[in-house]
Amino acid sequence: MNVLLALLLTLVGAAGTITVTIREPVRQTIAAGILSLLLALLFFALQAPDVALSEIVVGSIAIPLMLLLAIAKVRDQQTAVEGEAEDVGRGDER
Amino acid sequence: MSRGRLAIALIGLVLLVGGLAWGTAGSYGFGHYHALYGRIVARDSVPDRSATNAVSVTTFDYRGFDTLGEEFILFVSVAGVIVLLRRMRGESGRDESLLAEEDRRASESSRWLGLALVGPLLVLTVYIVAHGQLTPGGGFQGGVILMSAVAFVAVGGESVVLLRLRRASSGVELAESAGAAGFAMIGFGGLVATGTFFENFIAKGTSGLLTGGFIPLANIAVGLEVAGGLLVVISELFDQRFTRERS
Amino acid sequence: MSVYPYLVAAWLLGVGLYGVMSSRNYIHLIICLTVVQASTYVLLLSVGYVSHGKAPIFADIPTSSVTVDPVVQALTLTDVVVEATVVALLLALVVQANKRFKTVDPNAMTRMRD
Repeated sequence: MNVLLALLLTLVGAAGTITVTIREPVRQTIAAGILSLLLALLFFALQAPDVALSEIVVGSIAIPLMLLLAIAKVRDQQTAVEGEAEDVGRGDER
Repeated sequence: MSRGRLAIALIGLVLLVGGLAWGTAGSYGFGHYHALYGRIVARDSVPDRSATNAVSVTTFDYRGFDTLGEEFILFVSVAGVIVLLRRMRGESGRDESLLAEEDRRASESSRWLGLALVGPLLVLTVYIVAHGQLTPGGGFQGGVILMSAVAFVAVGGESVVLLRLRRASSGVELAESAGAAGFAMIGFGGLVATGTFFENFIAKGTSGLLTGGFIPLANIAVGLEVAGGLLVVISELFDQRFTRERS
Repeated sequence: MSVYPYLVAAWLLGVGLYGVMSSRNYIHLIICLTVVQASTYVLLLSVGYVSHGKAPIFADIPTSSVTVDPVVQALTLTDVVVEATVVALLLALVVQANKRFKTVDPNAMTRMRD
């Protein structure tokens, strides 16, 4: 139990707490990406390179991409409610 | 959740977290690992299977049956996403010409960066999947990197790629099904050859790339399935944008 | 100090579950679920850790050296990728619910309507 492990565990705990307290979805996605980066560093320090590699690729590419696509879709659906009487031909609702 | 319900739930939560902390603190301290199964696997993976990555040997060979279950969780989740986001009657998807017009507004440098990264990422995928039994890596990581290669192109400025993935000719759903079925067939191959499901029936080499029995084949199957499944999910979520509902 | 990783895992579980309970936005709820997943990964890998052990990759260390447990790493490895796909399924559910109810507030979807 050396200093590096204690420091990384504390950072992971702090990052998890901060991720929960942010309420706005897009900012929370960035915080989740930072949490997964710190988790990957912790996994390296715990002598698990396979798991760290998985966590890096999943936590920084797959999950934020899917989250941002879903957030964009939800916002478009909610603004489309107000603008439903507008013209139907355009594919853009900005 | 209302305030009263939240207060009661907090009491339960404190009890849960406190019980978990007290229970795990009473076990062996951090670093004093006592169980034998891990030591036997770590000791036997090199002489027995000629593969130096003990984690891959555990995932695909000794506990291959559990990985088959995880594969099917992945497959069913992707099938659930496809069913949930299917196009209802009266909805139209994204128009390709409108999307191409939007793409033209993206900056040239980001589009070129996305396209330039495809080559190195493909090489990296093949390297990580092929060396799965020797160095850290394997099918799961390689499949996600392959998905990220397509994602970089789409995010950089060519988002029509994600729409074209939905066609049957793109082979994405075929890759996903082939990966899932291939992994199950490898188990059946062990059943046919030696009478035990998931027995490692291919000859293990001595050193180098072609070692570990069927572990390279299992890595390729898993990589195909993970890449295909995640690409299907992303193209489904993307296709859903700007779906116009007509009543 | 030798129980610190377990305390961090329990803390992450508690914080994540509190986020799930008090959430007013389904996307926020799903991201709090990833925090709960992170707590299980930390717990699993901390159980298998051996002091001064090396990584269980024998490509350049002698076969008889002391390594950490490879079995919990195999569990965590498949878990990380599969739970990303389960998050995708949950996001698809949220998108469909938003299409039907025009909101992502859990407190607003309390009753099944026709």
